[in-house]
Parts: sequence; C-alpha cells; structure tokens
Amino acid sequence: MKVKLREPDTVMKLSKLGSFHQSKLSFLRSFLKEFKDWEYKRDLFELNEFGHGIAVYSFKKDDRVYSLICFANELNEDERSDRVIATKWDAAFTLHDGVPTSKDIERLKNEVPKQEVGRLSYKELTLSRANKSVRIFNHVVESLSEGRQPDISLLSSVGYLYRTTAVYGSGKFGLADRFRIKDRKEIYGPFRLEMMLVYLVRQFTFDQVNHVAKNKNPKKAVKLDPEICRNLGIGNSTGLGMAPFIVNHPTLLNNWVLARETVLKKIREIKQVEKKDSDLFKEYLKRSIKNITSWNTESEYQQKKIKSLLRDLNNFIRFIDKEIIFSNDFAFNEIYLWLEKNSGDECIEYIVSMMMEPYDQIVNPLINKMSSEEDQYFNIPTNRTVQELKKILEDRYKKILKIDFSKNENNQNFWFISKNKEEPRLANRFEEKGSELEQPLAIARDIHKLYEVLEVSKNSSTIDKFLSKNNNLRHVVRRAFIVEKFPYSEIQDNTICKSIVPIDMLRLKLSFFGALKFDPRSDKWLRICMFQGAPLPEQLKSYDDSWVYNSLN
Amino acid sequence: MKSLSEIDTVSKRASRASGFDWGVAEEVGKNIRMLEMLGLAGIKNLNYYYRIREKKNFEKISLIDKENKITQLEYCPIIAGVSFLDQVRSLENLNEITFKNIAYPILFLPFISRASEVLGRKIFLKIDNRNFLLNYNNSIYSNSLNNGIITIGNNIVIKFLENIDSFEENEWKELYKLSEKTFVEESESLKQSGAGAGLTDND
Repeated sequence: MKVKLREPDTVMKLSKLGSFHQSKLSFLRSFLKEFKDWEYKRDLFELNEFGHGIAVYSFKKDDRVYSLICFANELNEDERSDRVIATKWDAAFTLHDGVPTSKDIERLKNEVPKQEVGRLSYKELTLSRANKSVRIFNHVVESLSEGRQPDISLLSSVGYLYRTTAVYGSGKFGLADRFRIKDRKEIYGPFRLEMMLVYLVRQFTFDQVNHVAKNKNPKKAVKLDPEICRNLGIGNSTGLGMAPFIVNHPTLLNNWVLARETVLKKIREIKQVEKKDSDLFKEYLKRSIKNITSWNTESEYQQKKIKSLLRDLNNFIRFIDKEIIFSNDFAFNEIYLWLEKNSGDECIEYIVSMMMEPYDQIVNPLINKMSSEEDQYFNIPTNRTVQELKKILEDRYKKILKIDFSKNENNQNFWFISKNKEEPRLANRFEEKGSELEQPLAIARDIHKLYEVLEVSKNSSTIDKFLSKNNNLRHVVRRAFIVEKFPYSEIQDNTICKSIVPIDMLRLKLSFFGALKFDPRSDKWLRICMFQGAPLPEQLKSYDDSWVYNSLN
Repeated sequence: MKSLSEIDTVSKRASRASGFDWGVAEEVGKNIRMLEMLGLAGIKNLNYYYRIREKKNFEKISLIDKENKITQLEYCPIIAGVSFLDQVRSLENLNEITFKNIAYPILFLPFISRASEVLGRKIFLKIDNRNFLLNYNNSIYSNSLNNGIITIGNNIVIKFLENIDSFEENEWKELYKLSEKTFVEESESLKQSGAGAGLTDND
C-alpha cells in the first residue's frame, strides 16, 4: 500500500506547526548520537569561591576538537534579565574551533561577555549567554553545602539551573560563516554546534554549582547526585528573533518537515508491524506521559493544549490497549487514521513523533538530509512564463489566495527590525509607527498581490519581462519558484493577521531542536527545557537513545 | 573581520534603505558577499554608490539591448545588473553587448558572473581597460587587481564565450598519449576475465 505524504496546506498551517513535538529527528538527539563516541574533557576550570571565572570543555575525535569556553561573571540582582535588551548575564559562552590558546582566551574574555556588541572571529562557531534560575541555583548550593541533596520536587518544577537567552551561530557578530565548516561530516545535521554548546553549558552549570557549594562549606559539602544532574536540562528563553528564521530559510524548513512527513509515510506503509516494534512504541508512549504531567506553565493557552493532549492521549492509550491489533496489516496507518478522526493536532503530532521511536532504519538516513544550501535555489528561472507561475500559486497557495486582504484584520500586524537590538519584532500597523519599514515577512499578502498582477498579465510573457515591470514582487516570485520544488517550504498562513500566534512559529523550530515543556510567557516569547534526562558527558559511551523518556520528572 | 553573513545582511538592508525593492536588495546582498569573498571591493563601492545616489539620479534600464547608451544619466549598476541577469537567456544570442556609462561598475560585475552560471558559459567582461573572465560564478580572472572604488565604467563590453578548449588538439593528443602509459595491455585471458560484463551484447 502506498500512503501519500500529508498535504502541505494542512501540515504547514501555523496551528499544526505549533503542535509539533520533539522526535528522533530532533537536533539535540541527533547531536548526541553523532558525538557519543567523541572524547569529552574538562580542560580548564578556574573559578573563584563564588563560581566566577573561566572554564573550558572539549569534544575531541581524531584531529578535530571543539572547545566550549565559559566566562562566569558577577551579576547584581537588578542586572539579571532574560529579555534580549539585557546587557549582562551570569555566564557567557562561545564554542571555539580547536584548542584555544591563552591568547584566544584573553581575546575572548573581553568580547564574549559583551555578546551582541562584542566581536568574535572565524575561529569561533557559536555564541551564547545564560542566567541562573536563582531560586533553584541557591537552593542547590545551600543543600549541597549542608551535605544533603536538594529537593527534587522543587528542581522538577523548573527543570534546570540555568537558562540561555540566545544562541547565535552562522556568521553573527563575526563568528565563522557556515560555508567554512559545512563539509564536516559530524555537523551535517542542522544546528549541531548550537546543540553542542547548550549541552556543554549544561555540564558547566553542574560543575559550577558543585564548586560553589564546596567552597561554601568545604568539610560538609557533597556533590550533586549524577542522577539528579541527568534529570536537569538547560532552560531557554526564546522570543520573536527566531520567528523570521523559518520564513527566511524556506528550503531548510522544507527539509525539516519533509523528513518528518517522509518518516510518517514510511511507517504508515509498514504492512506487518513486528511485535518488538509495537511493544517499544507502547512502552515509550506510556513512559513519555510523565514529560506531559510534569509540563508546568502558567499560560492558559498552553494549559488548554496540555489538557486536551492528556485527554486525547488517554483515549488513544485505551484505543491501542483495547482496539488496535498490531498483527493486522498496516496497523500504524490504522492508528494514524484513527487519530485524525478522534484527536486534536497536539495529540496527532505527539503520536507521529512517538511512532518514529522503533524505526532507526527509517529515521537515521533522513537526519543528514535535514540541512540545506539555500543559495543553490536563489536564482529566479526567468525563462518560465506567467502562466506557469500562476499555476504554481494556484497549486501551492490555494488557501492563501482565498484570504481577503482588504479587511484590516488580515493586515493588522507588521514585522520590523528594532533599532536598539537589531531583532525582529511584531506590531500593530494601525496603532504603531514604522510600518513603512516593514520586513518582507508578509508572504501571504505579497503572494496575494503577485497573483492579482499575474491575472492581468499576458500568460505567454516570460518572467524576465514580468519582472522588468514588477520588481516590487521579486521576493515572492523567487519564493514561488522555490515552493514549486520544495512543497513544505512555506507557512500556509497569514503571518500578519490579527489572530496570529507567533509562538507557533517558535514552537515549530524548537520542536525540531528537541525542546520539551514549552512554556509560553506571552504570545511572543516562551521558555523551554533542553537535554532534560540526557546522559551526562561521562555517560555518553553507554548512550541510550530513549533517554528522553527516562526522565524522573 | 566581518563575516560574509554580516556582509550579506547589511548590504541587503542598506539596499532596501536606499530605495530598492526587497527582492532586488536580496540580490545585492548575495552579490556583495560574493565580491568580498573573492577579494573585490564590494562594500566600498556599494557604500560610495549609495552615498551618491542620494544626490544624483541614475538611469534604470529595464530592457537590455545590443547597444545600450544614454546621453545624460549614468546607468544604475544594480538595475542594469538585475535586468541583465533576468534577460540573459535571450541576450545570449546577441554574442556581444555594450553599455556606455555604468556607474560603479564593480556592482554590475557579480550579476554578469551569476549570468555565466545560469548559461553555463564563460563571459568576458571589459570595463574600460579592465578585463574580467567570469567562470560560471565559480571564479573570476582579471588583469585588474585595483581594489578601490571605480566610479564609472565608460565603455563596457560583455562577450558570451563559446565553451571551447583552451588548447590545441595536438597538445591534447600528446598529453593523452602520455596518460596511456598508466594502462595495462590486455592479454587474451585478461580480456576474458577482466571485465565485469559479458563479451557479447545481450548475452
């Protein structure tokens, strides 16, 4: 039986994309899988009694070394902020290509803590900063220094000691351009080096908390139990900065979603599901529930989603326990069709992720296909005709073409870059100034405009002639020819309408990162947790890919 | 040192701020990135052009002809470049195209380089006494290593080169003969057993 890929105009709706969950394809899982055999080392750890100073961690294999350089600083309480407008952080980090010399460290000491206003070099690959979860960090220090382990339920309620507030790569602030390193096999999957930075930062937070506790009470202090460490991740606060990324990298977005859709299709096409696979699916599914029951958020929006997810999952578990017979042909297809009828998007996408768990042989070959070289698809095929372009729009933007942009509600917002932080923002065009400086992120509206102009253009005319009169639509002409080849490259929604929920765009990207416990703090930013439950660097040699479901929380 | 990604982003944004449509600004970002990667003065020329563009008008040519000349204004190198790149498939038949007076012609160059890639043909570009051989947007060979600002190209010639060998047939043959010395003379038994396929067709 052949199953069709799901239609892009369903999958690429923001409400659907905003319901994606981590999976075997997620970057932090594929990073760990790739680097599990690398040699891990803590090369330098020079912190004072308060935990301020410099530390270096590395991963090494053959001649290749990646080093995380950490700068932990003193920070006054009133200076600590997760917002992007902050200028100081508890710690700042960079991932260095190779072994840093003392000269490198000296240079970076002056630049890394400054983050966006510092200058990095081609020798640095990623840049980040993080703030303590003060309540948790202090509690852990207190407990350890008194010779006891911290309160696990308190730790579980947060899930981390530190949260990062940005992770930069690919040429930002002078960092190495991707083209310099893209041919390295170990980083074929997307965001590998960003994941490495976050993973090593997690280890730094454990080492730092142990160090501070030990200095506080050298005689009595104990180390944080490795099992507790394993169940802590790294938090992350993410704002709108991430949203335009998925619009500005259409072929990359396509490759992420296409990998997911291809895996689903192949699993649905399995005629006979082997018992070991169905058992593993059921086991992981049941074990994963605690990742949902321990998912804390004050966001009503997310609470509703979690509630409906739990309700749907309970129904689903009843269904697979009582009704589905895995020995039937195409059992996973039956499961998927049942989900479409009986569950909401959160649950459907949750199960789609879970279905991947038994199938390394389907998932693994796709992991390295999730990167993309956007530049290869940049040139517009100007020898094509107006008629062909019109047809692409009619096929690929069906729902977008039905939106009525004469209504204010469909035009309400505009995306802009803030002057003070050079970061993307969203504002109401009818209430705020600046819409004349709008970024080209209103793709639905501009595609609509393009279609209107194409309708009154001569069908046989070639695109070069069309563009000679309509260069104002050039950016969407380019996109249309990209979406023709890459069906999942476009969000099939209006990103400037009144009802847009920008965190859906963030959630899409973060789910591919492998984040858990999305905690929206507004409709424009959220907190997440990464690597919770992941093996510690010392445990990587006995790596178990199901670690995501081993969390104690 | 600025990364190429920063160069791309800032050039794109500056182009938009200078009045170009977003789609055109995207082209400029990629072009300046390419120029800087190849060691040509992209940022300098762009900066000076945008500075002067605030005070002076430039001709925005939309349809390229075999001979392109205007008497009063200089051509905008970006619009001329975009038009050339878009129309290159039909321009290819003209073999040679000339322009008089393109402002800041270094900004025009990357469009021609990209056109070479689109056509899969080498293109020769002459800007007054500076020659550039554009190789499928992979490399640029030039007699001009002047890394400064070129405010105008008075006479610009673009030639579409035939994809022909750069050597004589006898030179090829001589080299080929030498290469044959790496081959093994096949005996009858090697003929029978050395090849993977059968000895007759359709067996």
